[in-house]
Amino acid sequence: MNLEGLTITKARRLIQAGELSPVQLVDAVQAAIERTDPAVGGYLSRDYERARALAEKTDVTLPLGGIPVAIKDVISVEGESCTCASQILQGYVAPYDATVITKLRAAGAIPFGRTNMDEFAMGSSTENSSLRITRNPRDPERIPGGSSGGSAAVVAADEAMASLGSDTGGSIRQPAALCGCVGLKPSYGRVSRYGLVAFASSLDQIGPFTHTVEDAALVLQAIAGHDPLDSTSLDLPVPDYSAPLNDGVKGLKLGVPKEYFVEGMDPQVEARVRAAVEVYRSLGAEIVEVSLPHTKYAVADYYIIATAEASANLARFDGVRYGQRASAPRDLADHYGRTRGEGFGKEVKRRIILGTYVLSSGYYDAFYLRAQKVRTLIRRDFEEAFRKVDGLLSPTSPVPAFKIGERMADPLQMYLADIFTIAANLAGICGISLPCGDAEVDGKKLPVGLQIMAPAFEEARLLRIARAYETARTA
Amino acid sequence: MSAPHLDVRYIANLVRLRLTEEEIAELQPQLDHVLSYIEQLDEVNVEGIEPTAHASAVYNVFRADVPRNGFTQEQATANAPHSGNGLFLVPKVVEG
Repeated sequence: MNLEGLTITKARRLIQAGELSPVQLVDAVQAAIERTDPAVGGYLSRDYERARALAEKTDVTLPLGGIPVAIKDVISVEGESCTCASQILQGYVAPYDATVITKLRAAGAIPFGRTNMDEFAMGSSTENSSLRITRNPRDPERIPGGSSGGSAAVVAADEAMASLGSDTGGSIRQPAALCGCVGLKPSYGRVSRYGLVAFASSLDQIGPFTHTVEDAALVLQAIAGHDPLDSTSLDLPVPDYSAPLNDGVKGLKLGVPKEYFVEGMDPQVEARVRAAVEVYRSLGAEIVEVSLPHTKYAVADYYIIATAEASANLARFDGVRYGQRASAPRDLADHYGRTRGEGFGKEVKRRIILGTYVLSSGYYDAFYLRAQKVRTLIRRDFEEAFRKVDGLLSPTSPVPAFKIGERMADPLQMYLADIFTIAANLAGICGISLPCGDAEVDGKKLPVGLQIMAPAFEEARLLRIARAYETARTA
Repeated sequence: MSAPHLDVRYIANLVRLRLTEEEIAELQPQLDHVLSYIEQLDEVNVEGIEPTAHASAVYNVFRADVPRNGFTQEQATANAPHSGNGLFLVPKVVEG
């Protein structure tokens, strides 16, 4: 069995026909990793024997029976490390399964392998991992995007059929775009975060990377739904995501937000996305230009809200209950200061300091409270737009994958990489990135991502819109 | 909001982050730069706008107040860098 181009849908057909066993599939994953991962570096750890033991027992009649799914190293899997690519969590072993893992297991899937990421999901290139470099499968000199760069790279490089990542400001959609696979950020509250190491609690969501929209629907089906262990997950019924998938876009109104086609964006990215818009027009969708006037404030807004929440969430890493601890501390202050100073990387430190500052007495109203009000305006922009259209089409990233090291010296340039993905998190809506062609840069074909956004809890519509393009493009 | 100064050294101490002099020298201008970018929110008129704390309209979710199983003491301390007698051990806090 060769994993190249193998989708979940196809593997499931082979398994149910008795032509492929789950153990053979794990063997195929191992072969693919051994062949490709030395050059890509998407995985942090893996345990083939554990996966084979699960594969032997899996119920192949279940919806994801026998399908291995790679897991970003920020999601807890009982008995496995969960480092968040940080030195401070070296040696930590998760004592329980995240709810998404419990749900994957219940659907017959095999959580397998831990993927690289920016430390604590803070970054847009996976270069902030304290553990290793992950390279873009299309060009080893370029980044895979981030923060879920490992999860995107292993799917794009055919080292996995699917993976889970987390998206706080674009960390699923942006790497999916830059690596050339499908990445889905569900609506805030659609998927439980229980067992996800928190970065910014009002923004974080877990979602899948896959080769196809069809497969994304299958994985979302397995992980979506209310969880009493996460009080921010909404108690709403989970619709059948696969049933309306092929209903097409005829008669739908799709908006093209003018603020998402900005000066300075890569002309090849713009051309590919504009061409995708024309595909939708030819499929019978009505294309409407819309305006999201507060878009230009989204990045600034995000870096107040996300860092404020991160500074509070990361207070738990104190070297007492888990993780690394500084050696021979003089007293408690020395223990905390050195444990955190030695354990966190630069980007995490920057964000903790910025987040603490915007929450501090005297600046709270000027920064944090104001940011929350601007967030309301950003949310209203989308409410207004979705009164006129059924979905929004835009680029996922203004540029294709950039070079390793290119943006590391200037944090603000790195933050601007997420300019088109951040607003969806602030508004709590759902979004997906799917490949829409390549940009040719220095003789390399680099993937370009089309982003589609839909109102909160309209994942069925989002997937249907995405599938229409995918079908037209591969037809 | 007139460009208030973000003092990296002062805040790092508040959040118990021991930084080297080199780190402070690097972080200070970077954060000044990010802060000056963030200040563009000043130009937005937010008068009369309600703040959004999170995206979904869910508040005060309660569950039944019944006991349920949690970690055993052994499980809870299994990841601790220093533990003994089922307790987390920390440097001495009170002189005695």
